[in-house]
Amino acid sequence: MADELLKSTNLPHDPERATLEGKNKFLGFWFFLGGETVLFASLFGTYLALKNSHLDGVPASELFGLGLVFIMTMILLTSSLTSVYAMYHMKNNAPKKMMLWLGITVLLGLSFLGLEIYEFNHYVNDYGHGFTTSAFSSAFYALVGFHGAHVAFGLGWFILLMVRNWKRGINLYNAPKFYIASLYWHFIDVVWVFIFTVVYLMGVVG
Amino acid sequence: MKGLTSKFKAVGALMILALILSGCGEEFLSALRPQGQGASDILSLMILSIAVMMFVFVVVMVIYVFVILKFRKKKGQEDFIPEQVEGSHTLETLWTVVPIILILILAVPTVQYTFSLVDTSPQVNAEGEEEDQIWVNVTGKQYWWHFEYEGMDVTTSQEIYIPTDRRVYLSLHSEDVIHSFWVPTLQGKIDVNPTGNRNEIWIDADKEGVYWGKCAEFCGPSHSLMDFKVVAVSPGEFEQWVKDMRNIDPEETPESEVATAGQEVFANNCMSCHANGTSPNKIGPNVSNFGDRERIAGVLEYNKENLMEWIETKGEEMKPGNMMTTAAYDLSDEELDQVAEYLMSLSPSEITPENAEDNEYIESDLSDLFIDQEENEDEGSEGESEGDSEGESEEDSDSNQ
Amino acid sequence: MSATATKKAGFGSVLWDYLTTVDHKKIAILYLIGGFFFFILGGLEAMLVRIQLIQPDNNFVSAQFYNELITMHGTTMIFLAAMPLLLALMNIAMPLQIGARDVAFPFVNALGFWLFLIGGIVLNISWFTGGAPDAGWTAYTPLSIFSEGHGLDYYSIGLQIAGFGTLMGGINFLVTVITMRAPGMTMMRMPLFSWTTFIASVLILFAFPALTVGLFLLTFDRLFGANFFDPSMGGNVVIWEHLFWIFGHPEVYILILPAFGVFSEVIPTFSKKRLFGYSSMVFATVLIAFLGFMVWAHHMFTVGLGPIANSIFAIATMAIAVPTGIKIFNWLFTMWGGTLRFTSPMLFALGFIPSFTIGGMTGVMLGAAAADFQYHDTYFVIAHFHYVIVGGTVFGIFAGLIYWWPKMFGKVLNEKMNHWFFWLFFIGFHLTFFLQHFLGLMGMPRRYWVFLEGQGLDLFNFISTIGAFFMAAGTILFMYNIVWTAMKEPKASGDPWDGRTLEWAVSSPPPHYNFKQLPLVRGLDPLWIEKTEGNGKMQPAEPLGDIHMPNNTIIPLIMSIGLGIAGMGIIYQVDNPMWWIVAVIGFIIFFGSMAVRSLKDDLGHHIHKEDLEKEGDGSNG
Repeated sequence: MADELLKSTNLPHDPERATLEGKNKFLGFWFFLGGETVLFASLFGTYLALKNSHLDGVPASELFGLGLVFIMTMILLTSSLTSVYAMYHMKNNAPKKMMLWLGITVLLGLSFLGLEIYEFNHYVNDYGHGFTTSAFSSAFYALVGFHGAHVAFGLGWFILLMVRNWKRGINLYNAPKFYIASLYWHFIDVVWVFIFTVVYLMGVVG
Repeated sequence: MKGLTSKFKAVGALMILALILSGCGEEFLSALRPQGQGASDILSLMILSIAVMMFVFVVVMVIYVFVILKFRKKKGQEDFIPEQVEGSHTLETLWTVVPIILILILAVPTVQYTFSLVDTSPQVNAEGEEEDQIWVNVTGKQYWWHFEYEGMDVTTSQEIYIPTDRRVYLSLHSEDVIHSFWVPTLQGKIDVNPTGNRNEIWIDADKEGVYWGKCAEFCGPSHSLMDFKVVAVSPGEFEQWVKDMRNIDPEETPESEVATAGQEVFANNCMSCHANGTSPNKIGPNVSNFGDRERIAGVLEYNKENLMEWIETKGEEMKPGNMMTTAAYDLSDEELDQVAEYLMSLSPSEITPENAEDNEYIESDLSDLFIDQEENEDEGSEGESEGDSEGESEEDSDSNQ
Repeated sequence: MSATATKKAGFGSVLWDYLTTVDHKKIAILYLIGGFFFFILGGLEAMLVRIQLIQPDNNFVSAQFYNELITMHGTTMIFLAAMPLLLALMNIAMPLQIGARDVAFPFVNALGFWLFLIGGIVLNISWFTGGAPDAGWTAYTPLSIFSEGHGLDYYSIGLQIAGFGTLMGGINFLVTVITMRAPGMTMMRMPLFSWTTFIASVLILFAFPALTVGLFLLTFDRLFGANFFDPSMGGNVVIWEHLFWIFGHPEVYILILPAFGVFSEVIPTFSKKRLFGYSSMVFATVLIAFLGFMVWAHHMFTVGLGPIANSIFAIATMAIAVPTGIKIFNWLFTMWGGTLRFTSPMLFALGFIPSFTIGGMTGVMLGAAAADFQYHDTYFVIAHFHYVIVGGTVFGIFAGLIYWWPKMFGKVLNEKMNHWFFWLFFIGFHLTFFLQHFLGLMGMPRRYWVFLEGQGLDLFNFISTIGAFFMAAGTILFMYNIVWTAMKEPKASGDPWDGRTLEWAVSSPPPHYNFKQLPLVRGLDPLWIEKTEGNGKMQPAEPLGDIHMPNNTIIPLIMSIGLGIAGMGIIYQVDNPMWWIVAVIGFIIFFGSMAVRSLKDDLGHHIHKEDLEKEGDGSNG
């Protein structure tokens, strides 16, 4: 019976929710994302309360440039789309194609992370805007940094899943794992949209 | 008619309740024995809420006792199966609606007082004119209090003097952690924050007396020792006090020789933190009227031994964690004696806490104080030289229009 | 000689079994042991506090040590005693009540426990390394920022770890209730305790992340030079208060709702009547939870949020009295017309009603924002929340523990001793806390290390301390009873209390797969229905077949230890960067075991039909 879980033939259309364990994971992960929402909401609240406490440091309106951040946003939005493709191929039991699209997702995620590191580096070196500079800088790095850490964790997760299941194909046991990893990725993407709006757009405007 | 008697009964019950509660605690400390408008407003709200809640409690307890007595399992009931009642819409509606009504009854005065207790706009007198406002900047520090009388050129610590029958407006700020300013007999408490908002509240006293104040927000090891006093004297006495306090000459030579020597010791060792007179220095408490204090360091009995021990040990045991322990001075026994003598001789005003207890009432509308204040304003008073009191000086000029 | 040898081997394997267990019943026992240990510890701290306050100007403990005591008493009792003990009850009863063989995520369940335990241990290590946290359990900034030594670092790291554990437990119970119910067990047939477990889990899920963020910010400020709360660097100290209470107020309901659930089980059982107004009870629970998220600022009336905010939060707070009142009356009318048996769980339930009513009354009084200007941060508040948390939660925990003791250990605790325990604890409780209402109004603020002579506070403080000794005596008696029962009491049947719900349809303690065949639920109080219809036991909903069960694993323990090590490294890296090595090792252990868990297939095992047949019917012994 246990072997049945690991077979990659005759998968139902929604392999991620075909078993009780899969259903539990799916539901539990949604709840987890609910908690994550509160976590980010708290960070956003803190940031909004402190964004004008820049002391002698550079204020948000002078610090942020939208060009780079816009590219980052596009990259992350695209990576969300590519992970949707991956899930589409998972449902059609096409492991090769799924791996391909997951690979693209990971590459996009990595480039996002690279740009973010470049951005932070730029702030620190060119503007003297470090983590400890002011309450504003602490709040900025806490919020955006938490998001960045989530991206990094998500990438590690994808890579681990891909390595483990490279030759195994899709089955009822690993389908839920792929599926919730992609859910997580979407969540990170949504959070970024809020960061883009609240931190960068509102920061530049005023 | 029936409604009237029941109303009468309710009022009677409230009065009895008030009477019982007023037996609780000391006159100078208990929130149940109010000596000012704020505390008595709050007490009336408390009594209303207790009365409403007692009604609920009695209903619950009557049912509770009845149920326990009536429905306990009796002999021979082993096989008895009670009726499995699902519920009752009537009853359930009843105990949803009645509490909602009770809460509405309570909500109205709650909201009213929530606004009025922190309303620091000027009071309007019988002629429809706005009264001049006395504003005091209150600073909380680990573990003492500092008071600057806005525009009056008066500075003091640990003991704040107020006139009776008149609101005194406080603007509060902390220089380290959060404290909370609480004089239970006069008014509810308000937090003293180091950042964000500068809180404002008013206090007033109906009659003369020395009322005890406490720090009510946990602020470190000596949180429980951060007491202060509110000395309420009659308006005429207050006017006198202000006039005396603004004319302090810190250089003035004390009468006794020992104290004169002490003055020098003080100047050499203490002046970097403690000011005498209206100096902006508030690293440590201002000692202008130290000779009139009720307590040493807010809590210790006022006598020379305690004072000397305090200065010698820097209060290490007497008020653990206080900031004086880092002071660098080292005094001989003789110097200790001298400086104690000096401090205890500092009594620039003939108005002291004793005047708060002598039942002598001197009238005054305090208008003199505000005339002086207008003159001072051009020169720029002590309080205004501090960057953080800009908001209050605005308030001040408003009140003078 | 050989006998002891086998016994020793037995002990080793039992220990290993518990270290690796993913069985909700064993995890319940682990939570009970851990929670009760910290309950005793927190109780000792409370006793020292009360001894210090037995007379004015007392010098029994130093100011610094006193502050550590009150901080650790609050933190321990809330996070390390009350919550785990409630989680013990949830773990033992909820899966059985809904007719499940286990929880949705047995691995996560075990992980939750071990994280709590490691978090609690980390927090308490601070006693031995230069001083426990001393800024109050609320750790208000900037006091907590300026606090010297590492006490507050232990606070933020320890609670962070324990908090992760609780969050996992919450998600696990949510999913369990939604997907694991037995056939016929609809949501509106679920026992109230399972309902309150479910709602409390929702609260955990949405409240704890706010604490997580608050603790992260505190850690960053203290250990990494951030400026969230430092006034001189543009920080804002009120943010902490908001974050703490956005978590802290729902936390109060996380503590009380499961206790409500326990009483909603105990009262019907010992009144021999179904719960009066079941659906309004469910509705009231949901409403309390919902309102619980919009009242946090009533802890902050004196902060200076302004009269408009204060009024809104005041009215929202008072509104909670309505659903709570509904519950009280529903319990009273459950008893109305029943036949009451005064067993010890029932005594706790009966003691709870007046005690909690008083706590609720003072709650409404505190909600009146203007009056709170006097009550706030005085002994009135202390009295209020002890009436709610001891009179509600702790009474609920004891009622639940005694009630479900046979399900955990197969024996009913000695009733006579429990009666004594109840009366000692009940009288001591009121003696300790009732007069504190008046102390507060008479001018005694909370967290006062000493109170001065001549302020009229001496007598009530003295009486309060005497009361505390009564409670201590009661607790000691309860511990004695545990040992006595283990040695002397006979084995209990599956249904010692004449119960109404599914947990009483299996043996005491139940087999590790709980139900040989999942039961068919035909209504509220399913076992009672079968009893009245003459079956006496549950009808199966499925034919006998293989049962799929999860495998034991040591990974949750290793992960938790890894996180604990990482936490210690983080705390001490400010003193010496070499500690980063420790932190990195800890994180490698943590993420490494997480990866192992993810990479290694763990499909569980099956208990075969043939073996099940051999084991007898396993129900209702």
